[in-house]
Amino acid sequence: MLGGIVVSVLLLAIFLSLLLSSRPALVANGLRFLTGTEWNPVNDSFHALPFVVGTLLTSFLALIIATILSLALAILMGEYFRTGPFASIMRTAVELLAGIPSVVYGFIGLFFLVPAVRALQLALGVPPYGVGILTSSILLAFMILPYSASIGREMITLVPADLKEAALSLGATPSETIWKITLPYARSGILGGILLSLGRAMGETMAVTMVIGNSNGLTFDLLGPGNTMASLIANEFSEAAGDVYLGSLIEIALLLFVISTLINIVGKIVITRMAEGT
Amino acid sequence: MPMDVKATGAAAVNARLRKDLGFRGLVLVLSLVATIPLLLILIFIIVRGASSINWQFLTELPKPIGESGGGISNAIVGTILLILVATVVSVPLGVIAGIFLAESGKTRLGTVARLSVETLMGIPSIVIGIVAYVWVVRPMGHFSGLSGGLALAMIMLPVITLSTEETLRMVPVSLREAALALGVSYPRTIMKVILPAGMSGIVTGVLLAVARGAGETAPLLFTSFGSPFMTVDIFKPMSSLPQIIFYYATSPYPEWQTLAWGASFVLLVIVLALNIVTKLVTSRWKIQF
Repeated sequence: MLGGIVVSVLLLAIFLSLLLSSRPALVANGLRFLTGTEWNPVNDSFHALPFVVGTLLTSFLALIIATILSLALAILMGEYFRTGPFASIMRTAVELLAGIPSVVYGFIGLFFLVPAVRALQLALGVPPYGVGILTSSILLAFMILPYSASIGREMITLVPADLKEAALSLGATPSETIWKITLPYARSGILGGILLSLGRAMGETMAVTMVIGNSNGLTFDLLGPGNTMASLIANEFSEAAGDVYLGSLIEIALLLFVISTLINIVGKIVITRMAEGT
Repeated sequence: MPMDVKATGAAAVNARLRKDLGFRGLVLVLSLVATIPLLLILIFIIVRGASSINWQFLTELPKPIGESGGGISNAIVGTILLILVATVVSVPLGVIAGIFLAESGKTRLGTVARLSVETLMGIPSIVIGIVAYVWVVRPMGHFSGLSGGLALAMIMLPVITLSTEETLRMVPVSLREAALALGVSYPRTIMKVILPAGMSGIVTGVLLAVARGAGETAPLLFTSFGSPFMTVDIFKPMSSLPQIIFYYATSPYPEWQTLAWGASFVLLVIVLALNIVTKLVTSRWKIQF
């Protein structure tokens, strides 16, 4: 009893204190908070749009890269190498990837990815920042792919063997079986895993802060610097002076909390449906 | 005519087989690409980090810019203390909540509680940091190790709860029925029969939660904040490994970046060791009935 009440109350308390602490900002900013593009503490002008756009751009770009790679990993671990030494090496590698702290990813990103992207930008003839939305997306992709890969593997192993055997016995090649039988069957579960990793990508802070460039304007330029909700909070929270400034940052946190919770709940529902359907 | 059909048929089959081989190759290549960062991280951190590790590095305080040497002892002690505070708070609560979910997860409160735990699990860690700031730092008026520990506790709690629940669900009903049939009271059955049977799973969950908490940086930025001094007072600002990696890695000074490599090595050793111990615990003492 007590345990159940404690966790429910904890969640409620988190939500309420975010709401209460952002009250000065909610009142001062109004609804323009979501549509305005300026973030300027000097004249108390706080709007979330550039950071919402930055978060969505980095997360979705990361998701595209991560989906391709994690699908390959899931097929490899769920179909081609289910047992044996190579299978356990790959599985351990994916688990370790998930265990590495994000600040270490950020450090490695600063060292390898930033110079690589800078070289790419020089080749393309655009300003060679090195840091930026593309850089953070690539880094994020590698950070989230262990989650969607291991859920994808589980979902692929849930596909009944007789379905696959039926396809193989009719003369389908293994890859045709994967494309036409296994993946369509496991589709919704894999999608759920992808949604869960999207939730992680949106909330990821440290690695992104280190490589995104932290520029506070609205931008759609993938090769240029940008900023996300989480990384804005990390950068400005401890220096924020004044109720409205601090409140606006907490309002951003509230927004981030609501968005990532919604995505997580949808992902969980999709996965549960899939697991119950089989 | 029949010959022709046969020939084109064979060609089509060959094309399909080639496609199959191509697909298999593509899957293998993409999978290897996905594990490149792991190799990079392990190789570079071991090579660069291990070379900066020595006795002085582990036992001394950081030195100002320009002076070579210096260590990260305050961050190591800080991380240990933060994890200790977080563990003391989150383990009892997490295990109790896990027992509740396993025992009465089907009730209405159980459904609400499970949804709450899963939502807690998905809250971005930076948001948890803000909550700890609002709850502890603002009332106290200054940053403190305590607030950082509580932030980490909120991150560790759902991990512990979910793994406790999962383990306790695997304890067979017959064990519980045997205890109850002998006239043992319900709380005593839980304490003496069900919890011991699920101990390895609970320990695994706690270790995983510690591994996750130890690597978190974002929630510490404005709670434990960081400190250049050695402190064991949890009511004062406190340094930690992830935080000094962040500060030193983003600094322009090569001496500090060397410290960051070394600190990354220490942190990685701690986190990966916890992960490996967890694996051993699960495979050795797996519940078997």
